[in-house]
Amino acid sequence: MYAFAYHRPATARQAAGLLAKKEDAKLLAGGHTLLPTMKQRLASPAHLVDLGACADLKGIERKGRNLVIGAMSTHAEVAASPVVQEAIPGLAYLASHIGDPHVRHRGTIGGSVANNDPAADYPSACLALGATIVTNKRKIEADAFFTGLYETALEEGEIITKIAFPVASKAAYAKFRNPASRYALVGVFVAKRGSDVRVAVIGAGEGGVFRWSEGEAALKARFAPKSLDGVKASAKGINADMHADAEYRAHLIGVMAKEAVARAVGK
Amino acid sequence: MSATGIGASVRRKEDHRYITGQGRYTDDINRPGQAHAWFLRSPHAHATLKSIDAKAAAAMPGVLGIFTGDDLAADKVGGLICGWMIHNKDGTPMRAGAHPALAQRKVRYVGDHVAVIVAETLAQARDASEAIVVDYGVLPAVVDTASAAGAKTVVHAEAPDNTVFNWHLGNKAETEAAFKAAKHVTKLDIVNNRLVPNPMEPRAAVGDYDQGEGAFTLYTTSQNPHVARLVLSAFIGIAPENKLRVIAPDVGGGFGSKIFIYAEETVCVWAAKKVGRPVKWTSDRTEAFLSDAHGRDHVTHAELATDADGKITALRVKTTANLGAYLSTFSSSVPTYLYAPLLSGSYDIPAIYAEVDAVYTNTAPVDAYRGAGRPEATFVVERLVEVAARQLGKDPAKFRMQNYVKKFPHQTPVIMMYDAGNYGASMKKALEIIDYKGIGKRKRDSARNGKLRGIGFSSYIEACGIAPSAAVGSLGAGVGLWESAEVRVNPVGTVEVLTGSHSHGQGHETTFAQLVSGKLGIPIENVSIVHGDTDKVQMGMGTYGSRSGAVGMSAIFKALDKVIAKGKKVAAYVLEADEADIDFADGHFKVKGTDKTLDFGSCALQAYIAHKFNGQDLEPGLKEGAFYDPTNFTFPAGVHICEVEIDPDTGVTAIERWAAVDDFGVVINPMIVEGQVHGGIAQGVGQALLEGAKYNADGQLVTASFMDYCMPRADDLPSFDVGMTVTPCPSNPLGIKGCGEAGAIAAPPAVINAITDALGHEDIAMPATPQAVWRAAQKTVKRMAAE
Repeated sequence: MYAFAYHRPATARQAAGLLAKKEDAKLLAGGHTLLPTMKQRLASPAHLVDLGACADLKGIERKGRNLVIGAMSTHAEVAASPVVQEAIPGLAYLASHIGDPHVRHRGTIGGSVANNDPAADYPSACLALGATIVTNKRKIEADAFFTGLYETALEEGEIITKIAFPVASKAAYAKFRNPASRYALVGVFVAKRGSDVRVAVIGAGEGGVFRWSEGEAALKARFAPKSLDGVKASAKGINADMHADAEYRAHLIGVMAKEAVARAVGK
Repeated sequence: MSATGIGASVRRKEDHRYITGQGRYTDDINRPGQAHAWFLRSPHAHATLKSIDAKAAAAMPGVLGIFTGDDLAADKVGGLICGWMIHNKDGTPMRAGAHPALAQRKVRYVGDHVAVIVAETLAQARDASEAIVVDYGVLPAVVDTASAAGAKTVVHAEAPDNTVFNWHLGNKAETEAAFKAAKHVTKLDIVNNRLVPNPMEPRAAVGDYDQGEGAFTLYTTSQNPHVARLVLSAFIGIAPENKLRVIAPDVGGGFGSKIFIYAEETVCVWAAKKVGRPVKWTSDRTEAFLSDAHGRDHVTHAELATDADGKITALRVKTTANLGAYLSTFSSSVPTYLYAPLLSGSYDIPAIYAEVDAVYTNTAPVDAYRGAGRPEATFVVERLVEVAARQLGKDPAKFRMQNYVKKFPHQTPVIMMYDAGNYGASMKKALEIIDYKGIGKRKRDSARNGKLRGIGFSSYIEACGIAPSAAVGSLGAGVGLWESAEVRVNPVGTVEVLTGSHSHGQGHETTFAQLVSGKLGIPIENVSIVHGDTDKVQMGMGTYGSRSGAVGMSAIFKALDKVIAKGKKVAAYVLEADEADIDFADGHFKVKGTDKTLDFGSCALQAYIAHKFNGQDLEPGLKEGAFYDPTNFTFPAGVHICEVEIDPDTGVTAIERWAAVDDFGVVINPMIVEGQVHGGIAQGVGQALLEGAKYNADGQLVTASFMDYCMPRADDLPSFDVGMTVTPCPSNPLGIKGCGEAGAIAAPPAVINAITDALGHEDIAMPATPQAVWRAAQKTVKRMAAE
């Protein structure tokens, strides 16, 4: 790790101010990607702006039809929140299966979404549930937010403050973990809201999280595991690495989608 | 059996300090004025070093010295050695290239040591390393084990075809004749996957030089500090032995990888004098992946011949072993004398012939890793036997029992003389534990749920406590493989035992103390085990190859006998009786046929005050030493049965049941032994299902972190059913065999035999990852659909 200056603002506004003022400054949320990268000397920001003390970025609440989660809520907080468990139990389940206890007590939803790691879990929930990503400057629909591998619609100086998830009637997540890293090799979040069904896939796409349209079409006809019988995800545009080639990953999309639907309908 | 003697599951004495964070590891040691070392490592697998420009780096803040291979050469520091000479088939010696601690002219693997930077802080050393300009002449890399010998790229000029040796063992003519006469021949091509040892504590070293005394001290993560001193002194030439102290304090696991004498500790101790400051280096995890000696990496073709009755008549193998870019300390012994002599397994096989070619590649050095050669042999034998049983339509358990060695001693065609065992008893017990009778029903139940269930056997044998020294010397070993002990009885009867064995997780402070407590009849709290410091323990051979119980404790046993003999002499004076009339039992010296006794502590006091005897007739004091050289290897054996259920939809293999029945001879502490079995199986399951070090064609290690190299976790493993059978080892006084490696040796073929049983075909290699099993299961599913 190279030397850097450390800042710990008390509000998101102060954080934004520091980010604008300091050259080569980076935001620090849970630090689960940034800090290891810095330790390996692959990143060397001059300033770190730690969001850990920004009380206005915390908090989980139900607001009408939305579940609103502060960006600095840890995975453990989301997993254990009675509000989340009641509104969208599938989201609490997802949070409870991120990494290990250490990760869940440091890692944050805002950090995960902002980083848009192609194997992170949260982006699939955001996309499937049609979440709105709220920043200090604007609101961004999930469909427009995740723009590519580690890329988002966030602009320079923009800080995610909260994420609003419309409450779905049925929602669940299933993932097949990379045996080594335990990141999602393939993760599938399914959500049904009225007649709308969304299936979002993480871990598999070359461009990061994506919606599986064939799966959505099949489930719109009937939201049941059986509807996915014989529906195959194409291996085109699917990741390949030493742990899983495209064919295997594509196959797992179907398997995990089925498992998620079964979970969503309580079977 | 006393509550703390042999056979008692005494809680580990050392655990309190480990669990409460009070262990003292090498990285916990900080010397006054200590500086830090960082190694600049090669990013290329194979390259010439055209130039190294460290001028700008040397001027950076905090830098105390930057050294390269030329500096070591100028100081006449010798290269790292390989301590076991192997001879080729034609009798010529193996072809070994030089192994300088810092590269000279060429780098040969990613992670090879280009330069060391010593600075006030580690960060400064790293900063400076980034300012060093190295002009590499990048060369093509040779990586693949099977094709290394024919490659155009040459790793060492001394071995122009990349072949270190071509070696053989066994009776070739008889084996060929047996294969000609065979009714059936089973053939298998096997890859034994390369593994990274990954002990929890990475390697570390602190070198210190005392200018006043002209003496060096090296704190290091070693399984055998005396061997490290010997090599650093006699071969590398750091300092004479009396001016070099090596301390291996608490060591957090080794699994073999800390046997070897590496570049880093060599350089740290040398550099300490060079910069006039203590020099510390602690490996980070990436460095551990790149530069710890790896394990396994064999490619083998194996064949098994059987007659019309299903009796095994012969076995032959042709193995290529990858030794990496340089010969590590004991690398040459692993695919030879630790491998081929185990190819008879637990079976009576009249003819065996093994050919082993060892090759250089542009990969990290490969050396002993938990099991060392024996897991490779066991995998060959147990896969062959299982497949042969399937091909012959025989029950795999019955086929094994038919072919077991049943009379002891048994001379195999490959060196070993099995001294004792009862393999059938272990098999019977394992079959009961796993409920073998119920496997048919369990398979049907799984099938109903769309799952594939299989059962796999591994009836392993291994050889521990390599010995006797004269015999291993005749096979090429550069050292003897005895062990030493010194028992120091204090005047009040407490005892310090100095042992040449080294504990790095095995629990010696408990088990060794149990032996002393039981034999001297004193409380276990009164016994301290001292190890890991060449200034305290005079000489020792260290801990590896599951030898500490069988060899290390036997040395203590011998020294304790001497203590008791001396105690009898003292007691005879004190009790005014004839020495021949003194008995020793339950901590008391007693005059036969009387009620006159002297307890052990009082005897010790009498020995030291020396009031009751004349110093000319009997020396005062109570301290005895012993060196113990065994008469044979010990041969632990057992049967492990693994039952798996495969989800053909995901390829996930769940281990549903595991029965392990091991014969370790006399067991000192059943709890610790069970722990060893559990840990060994975990590592074996890791090899079978999860772990595999992979280099790409350029020689980059693509599994260089836990993100990609899959270590076994608790949820990858079932609850083990561990049973024991006991046939005491006849070649050591305690009847101990050895348990440290058994699980890692037994497990891989048990898992793969279970998976192939479930799949109904043999087409799966290690590690059987979900992807690999999914692909293999597609074949099975298609075949089942066709049926």
